[in-house]
Amino acid sequence: MAQVPIIRVGEVLIASVQEDLRDQDALDLQVRLGDALEHTTARGVLIDVSVVETVDSFLGRLLNETATGARLLGAQTVVVGIRPAVAITLVELGLELQGVRTALDTDKGLALLRRLIAREDGHGQSRLR
Amino acid sequence: MVNLGSAEQHLPIRDESDIISARHRAREVAKTLGFGAVDQSRIATAVSELTRNVVRYATDGRGEVVIRPRAQSERGTGLEIVVSDEGPGIADVEQALRDGFTSGPGMGMGLPGTKRLMDEMEIDSAPGQGTIVTIRKWRR
Repeated sequence: MAQVPIIRVGEVLIASVQEDLRDQDALDLQVRLGDALEHTTARGVLIDVSVVETVDSFLGRLLNETATGARLLGAQTVVVGIRPAVAITLVELGLELQGVRTALDTDKGLALLRRLIAREDGHGQSRLR
Repeated sequence: MVNLGSAEQHLPIRDESDIISARHRAREVAKTLGFGAVDQSRIATAVSELTRNVVRYATDGRGEVVIRPRAQSERGTGLEIVVSDEGPGIADVEQALRDGFTSGPGMGMGLPGTKRLMDEMEIDSAPGQGTIVTIRKWRR
């Protein structure tokens, strides 16, 4: 299977998942996002899962861990496009993605990332004063 | 062409990619039987959890999935899925069904979470005897 492409747009890395991921492909995406954060000035990560039909406990946990890892590298993560049926299933499964910010679609996700990054800048400045 | 609506299907579990094939097939059959989008997601996710257990915990990581459409006069149309392996088995099934219990890496969400997604779940297992998990969902 092809790797999930990661593209950089300004300060944001966009990973658009094209199909149901094998465990190894999901782990690979996590590592590549970490590498990309280390080697670019990106401060936001947007993961689009709108074509993903099944998010089980493995992938749900991995999304959580990816967001936490990105946070440690100074970046915010937003997962966009979770299908309604997937959202219901995740809650029943007991996985509520508490560590992950979500948005309905890419537009709203990018807007949320911009706000989060701007808020961080604001905090940074107030600390300097 | 297999008649998805009535025929029983047997799928081998050998490696990670079979997790995806099994859950795709279960979803297709659920769709054919008239299950809605949320039930299709519940069924595919339950199959994903159970087949991953086989790949991760069974001795050789191998097992089998049987997907079996059911028709019952009282409950109507349903789908029964049996996931079996010849792995180490589960010593305490009741404990394995409790939230938070795990015998390996992960958060122990697999079995109790799977049970919540389905209408019925039965586990037949003993140490050294392998594990057979049967799950059922009935169409509302």
